[in-house]
Amino acid sequence: MRQTPLWLIVALTAAGLVAARFVLPHLGFAPDTVNHILIWGLLGIGFDLLFGYTGLLSFGQAAFYGTGGFVTAYLLTRNIMVSVIGALFVGMLAAAVVGALVGVVALRRTGIYFAMITVAIAEMFFFLENSPLSAYTGGENGLPGVPSPSFELGPLIWHVGTGWSMYWFLAACYFIGIVIALRIVRSPVGAILTAIRDNPERALAVGHGVWRYKLAAFVIAAAYAGIAGGLLGVLQGYMPPEAFTFDTSGQLVMQTVIGGGATLFGPLLGATVWLYLRDFLQQGLGLGTTWKLVLGLVFVLLVCFLRRGLIGGLRDLVAMTRRRKPHEEAAEESAPIVADPPVLASIAHRHRDEPAFSGPVLEARGLTKRYGGLFANRDIDFAVADGELRGIIGPNGAGKSTFFKMLTCEVHPTAGQILFHGRDITGMGVAQVCQLGLTKSYQVNQLFTRQTVWQNVMIAALAERRGPFRLDLLRRIDRVPGLETQVEQTLALVGLSARAQVPVSDLAYGEKRRLEIALALAASPSLLLLDEPLAGMSPRERAETVQLLKNIRRGRTMIVVDHDMDAIFELAERITVLHEGRLLAEGTPAEIQRNSFVQDAYLGGVAAAE
Amino acid sequence: MITWPNFVSQLVNGLAAGTLLALISAGLTIIYGTLGVLNLAHGAMFMLGGYAGFVAFQATGSFALAVLAGSLFMLVAGAVIELVVIRRFYSRPPEDQILVTFGIGIVLVEVVRFIFGSLTATVPPPAWAAGITSLGFMIYPTYRLVVLGIAAVALAVLYVVLYRTRIGLIVRAGIEDSGMVGLLGINVYRVFMLVFGIGAMAAGFAGIINAPVVSLTPNVGDSILVQTFVVVVIGGVGSFPGAILGGIIAGEILSLTSMVNPAYSDVMLFAVMTLVLFLRPQGLLGLAGRA
Repeated sequence: MRQTPLWLIVALTAAGLVAARFVLPHLGFAPDTVNHILIWGLLGIGFDLLFGYTGLLSFGQAAFYGTGGFVTAYLLTRNIMVSVIGALFVGMLAAAVVGALVGVVALRRTGIYFAMITVAIAEMFFFLENSPLSAYTGGENGLPGVPSPSFELGPLIWHVGTGWSMYWFLAACYFIGIVIALRIVRSPVGAILTAIRDNPERALAVGHGVWRYKLAAFVIAAAYAGIAGGLLGVLQGYMPPEAFTFDTSGQLVMQTVIGGGATLFGPLLGATVWLYLRDFLQQGLGLGTTWKLVLGLVFVLLVCFLRRGLIGGLRDLVAMTRRRKPHEEAAEESAPIVADPPVLASIAHRHRDEPAFSGPVLEARGLTKRYGGLFANRDIDFAVADGELRGIIGPNGAGKSTFFKMLTCEVHPTAGQILFHGRDITGMGVAQVCQLGLTKSYQVNQLFTRQTVWQNVMIAALAERRGPFRLDLLRRIDRVPGLETQVEQTLALVGLSARAQVPVSDLAYGEKRRLEIALALAASPSLLLLDEPLAGMSPRERAETVQLLKNIRRGRTMIVVDHDMDAIFELAERITVLHEGRLLAEGTPAEIQRNSFVQDAYLGGVAAAE
Repeated sequence: MITWPNFVSQLVNGLAAGTLLALISAGLTIIYGTLGVLNLAHGAMFMLGGYAGFVAFQATGSFALAVLAGSLFMLVAGAVIELVVIRRFYSRPPEDQILVTFGIGIVLVEVVRFIFGSLTATVPPPAWAAGITSLGFMIYPTYRLVVLGIAAVALAVLYVVLYRTRIGLIVRAGIEDSGMVGLLGINVYRVFMLVFGIGAMAAGFAGIINAPVVSLTPNVGDSILVQTFVVVVIGGVGSFPGAILGGIIAGEILSLTSMVNPAYSDVMLFAVMTLVLFLRPQGLLGLAGRA
């Protein structure tokens, strides 16, 4: 999984754009078609960042395309601004601002709601442009007379004309756009966006401000749409109202899917295929308006059978021929967990600048959760001391899971209070408490399934290194201070160093369980909660994981829920027993073993009856 | 100038448009509720139903037969689409489902354009419903009242099917927990096929009875799709009563705003949707936990 170096991609892109000028005419492309392809490609870069990388399917990009286009065209045709570049820039800013406002509304919901809301909002923009704002937009007539830019460099003056002259200008814009996007994709933000696409819940749980990152992606996509819209007006010398229609958004979605999402270049390829087929079917074959039917069928077939598009399909093909060898390694046994690995001292939890506090690390007072008439937890008082390893047990349905979820703020209590290092965290978000140093590993693996082991741990470590939100869009990810060391140490601790570059999907079950724990560890928690870390393990994996838990407990406080009594009694210093939603008993393993209430709860009174 | 009769007439207009929207949205919402699939081809199905009715009308000359044949056609067409395409998508991410139904919608529109061209097709209202009716203080086109009545009856039939029959029980159980319904030994796929057919039929039926009001073009369903989205966002996705409430609210907003200034009617619709999203993100009658 080695990444192609950035400079190589940039150089190839530049060469490709120059070569296209001389090759495409021989393939029957008119300059006007090529110029439109570049604009669709630029519009598509932003959409791909939003859909391909972040997983947010918007059918409303036309709103920002139109906004940028009409703001630019208005400024230029009414002589408010003279500089074309300046007007393009203002148009882009306007689209970004509108994008932020729309994003705040649309991102209130996810999934299908998000898609529907973007459709509706984009339609609203179309109606606004068409009549209430027609004094500014020209209504159904659009805005004619958009000028082309000129550049003066000393004695040299380049006035951008039509045709291939315009091509050089648009190609330069596309080039800048793609370089910035490539940097974004390879920045920490890019990594977090793909994490949000793959598993938004876990991205939140390791401490990322998911909502703000989504909004950022939405605004970036709107900015790209804005500049593309402005360029459309410049290219045609006229800003058409059709830019605002649903068809524009729909065509963008289709082109991106045809070319391949999460590639940045997919939309450009998709637009090329789209416009070439359109001209070919319409004029070459004389099909008239039927061309859209053919493209519609092609699109449906691609979604059914080649969802990753043309570029994705090519990549899979290349990977199939190349990948035989690394696959054989996958059968190899995982590295065993050794007792006391040397990295232990350095991985101990980061000391956050919190006021000195000598009380319990975690304290719950009167914690109650009610679902309708049913009490899942009732009036639980609970405290864990610094450095303690606490076990929680209880029969099925005792309310362990709900209790755990309340402690990590996944579920908010109906009544009661939770204090972490003396600070009230009741009602806080999952990401916020993770940033404070409280996180958990899940009973069912919550991994970023489309990424490698290394990338998984890195996503978690990024939250710890960078805080909940930071827009270092252009920073290279390997320049985040301390990130690499932290990922390496975490992997060493869970014995996955040798498997760092393996995709998660190729891991054995026991390894996935360890990676699950590693994600929590990478956040450097001072309090780590483990939800059934031994669930579903073979005896050997179980023994290894018990050793792992013994290793990681140094320097941190841990709470473990599990059904494996032997392991809990071996590991824990104190054990809390829940029964029917209430606290039944608490004490050392020896005390709990002797406790008659606990025996009753587990044996259902059978022992007493005998 | 807003006069009293004018206001009442717009109110009735809104109710007629709203009931029609409610019917279409009910189709969308039961498909989403049961299958978990957002059907972006729903507008195209509205359009296809209209054309199916148009063909049947040309062949028979009877409006009633046109409605019947068109509806049956849509039931079958919906079931076939589910069987051939949608079925492959239940285990795929929601984005893929959205993409494929979007593609299906385009294919349907373009097939109709291929067969009938882009020109408008018209279906006259039945003779007994042509002309105008005097309501005492105002006169009103008779057929619009008929649309209101037919759509309301269709909604009632849909309600009876959903809430009073065995199949309806399965559908509503499926909305709650489709995995569990499968475990109970019910052939979920057959139910899914039927539900998609019924949902398509609801849209198509609306398309036919609306054909005498608005002439048919291949793109007649585009704006309907968007309005349907607004209806279910306002009412709550997957809620049948929500679709009815949302439909009537949307119809009245469109109609009453256009009395003041037609240019703002759609804008007002989206503004209300935004307001609902802020005050009650799950929709007026939607459940908080879902979607």
